[in-house]
Amino acid sequence: MSAMLEVKDLRVSYGKIEAVKGISFSVGQGEVVCLIGTNGAGKTTTLRTISGLIRPTSGEITFEGKRLDGVPAHEIVTLGLAHSPEGRRIFPRLSVEENLLLGAFSRNDGEIKSDLQAAYDLFPILGERSKQPAGTFSGGEQQMLAMGRAMMSRPKLLMLDEPSMGLSPIMMQRIMSTVKTLQSQGTTILLVEQNARAALKLADKGYVLEVGHVVLEGSGHDLLHSDAVRKAYLGED
Amino acid sequence: MDQFLQQLLNGVTLGSLYALIAVGYTVVYGIVQLINFAHGEVFMIGAFGSLATWTLFFKGQTGLWVLPFMIIGAVLASVAVALLLERVAYRPLRNAPRLAPLITAIGISVFLQEAVRLFYPGAKSALPFPQIDLVTGAAFQVGGITVRRSAIFVIGALVVCAVLLWFFINRTKMGRGMLAVSQDPDTARLMGINVDRIIAVAFAIGAALAGVAGVAQGLQNSNIDFFIGFMAGLKAFTAAVLGGIGNIYGAVVGGLVLGVVEAMAVQFIPGTFGGSPWKDVWAFVLLIVVLVFRPQGLMGARVVDRA
Repeated sequence: MSAMLEVKDLRVSYGKIEAVKGISFSVGQGEVVCLIGTNGAGKTTTLRTISGLIRPTSGEITFEGKRLDGVPAHEIVTLGLAHSPEGRRIFPRLSVEENLLLGAFSRNDGEIKSDLQAAYDLFPILGERSKQPAGTFSGGEQQMLAMGRAMMSRPKLLMLDEPSMGLSPIMMQRIMSTVKTLQSQGTTILLVEQNARAALKLADKGYVLEVGHVVLEGSGHDLLHSDAVRKAYLGED
Repeated sequence: MDQFLQQLLNGVTLGSLYALIAVGYTVVYGIVQLINFAHGEVFMIGAFGSLATWTLFFKGQTGLWVLPFMIIGAVLASVAVALLLERVAYRPLRNAPRLAPLITAIGISVFLQEAVRLFYPGAKSALPFPQIDLVTGAAFQVGGITVRRSAIFVIGALVVCAVLLWFFINRTKMGRGMLAVSQDPDTARLMGINVDRIIAVAFAIGAALAGVAGVAQGLQNSNIDFFIGFMAGLKAFTAAVLGGIGNIYGAVVGGLVLGVVEAMAVQFIPGTFGGSPWKDVWAFVLLIVVLVFRPQGLMGARVVDRA
């Protein structure tokens, strides 16, 4: 499998504080790759840098052979890379439908309407409440909307930042199974999670981040059963 | 009763002018949280733009057909100046502390006034604005009320602009992009929205309406000078705050309310504190009272926010 996304020696700083201290990882076509780690490990910063919201201080990001570092965020979307941000960040005062249509902002083809229907098929609740302001939704519904919105750009690679944050176990299951569905439909997924168990279960590959470094990497299965991960992230002894 | 209706008409006329300018303050604030204090001057430039168009191409003409060209000239001048300001003065300060762009705006405001005063031929004193058939000239009577022709133009201009604006924001992709940027600029970028372009569009929209207001001002007062942007800008800013800054419909409502209150105060407040010398005082008293009891303005910022 050739790497679809390749991150090499990435360093990112906020002023004098370095949040990401030279990490490298890759995501292959069709894979689900997860980054796990505690708060402050640099997971969100890494995603925000890949999607162009933050400029790296050094390092390389390559997507399908094209350098991404230095490309403005609004152009990165058009290359086929969607980012569903931490905290969902739906547009609260816009309707569900308007939120979804904004996901397709970079597109000009005639199939936006049918993709809207596809999003409603994926998450029927969105279709039922398409005219409702998104801010009135529960956390789980907002997460569905955020994922549906990201899919509206027809991404080759979907980056999900903490999709399970603050959700009930049932809703979390629902979101994770959707991730699986999207993968089976051909979307490559880069998943950032604090819920290591759920993420590693469905990941082909995982990276463990600690204070800006990759400290461990391996297949989802291996990590799930490694002693280090079990102790530190799964609360087992 | 006639007196009341007369003042209501005068108030709505004045208020329409405020509203046209106020939209510019609110639309820019909604997107970049900047009070563009140079916006009053953008309005003034619009008035001079339409005068220049007439002087250069249509001197001596009074036919109504000239008016669209004068409006186009005004809008072009206003939009060009506003875009230039945004690019040269505000964009470099996008991430600076808020005070920096604010002071810059005040500086630009003085700069534009002086530039027009010094370089527009004859602008050291007031310049006569062209008289145009049907929209200027003798007023007519409807019942007991005197209706000035220019009033019809101003109110009509507000209605047309408000409808176009509503359509742009709610029915076009660019408008939806604007709403997204005003709610969450970073996430808007993730949607593929070019935030710099949206900001420029916001400045352009506000400037276009201010340009139309510039023409209206000229037709109504039959002359213009380099200082008209100061008071009009201040009142329009007041209207925008009154309606709820950041809310476009609020700017329209705020403008109309402010205009009507001013007109009514002139007519109906008796004694020393009545009459036109006090109208500005009452306008700002209204602002203070509204801010004390409803700090978010009449229409306010909507309550549903980031969940």
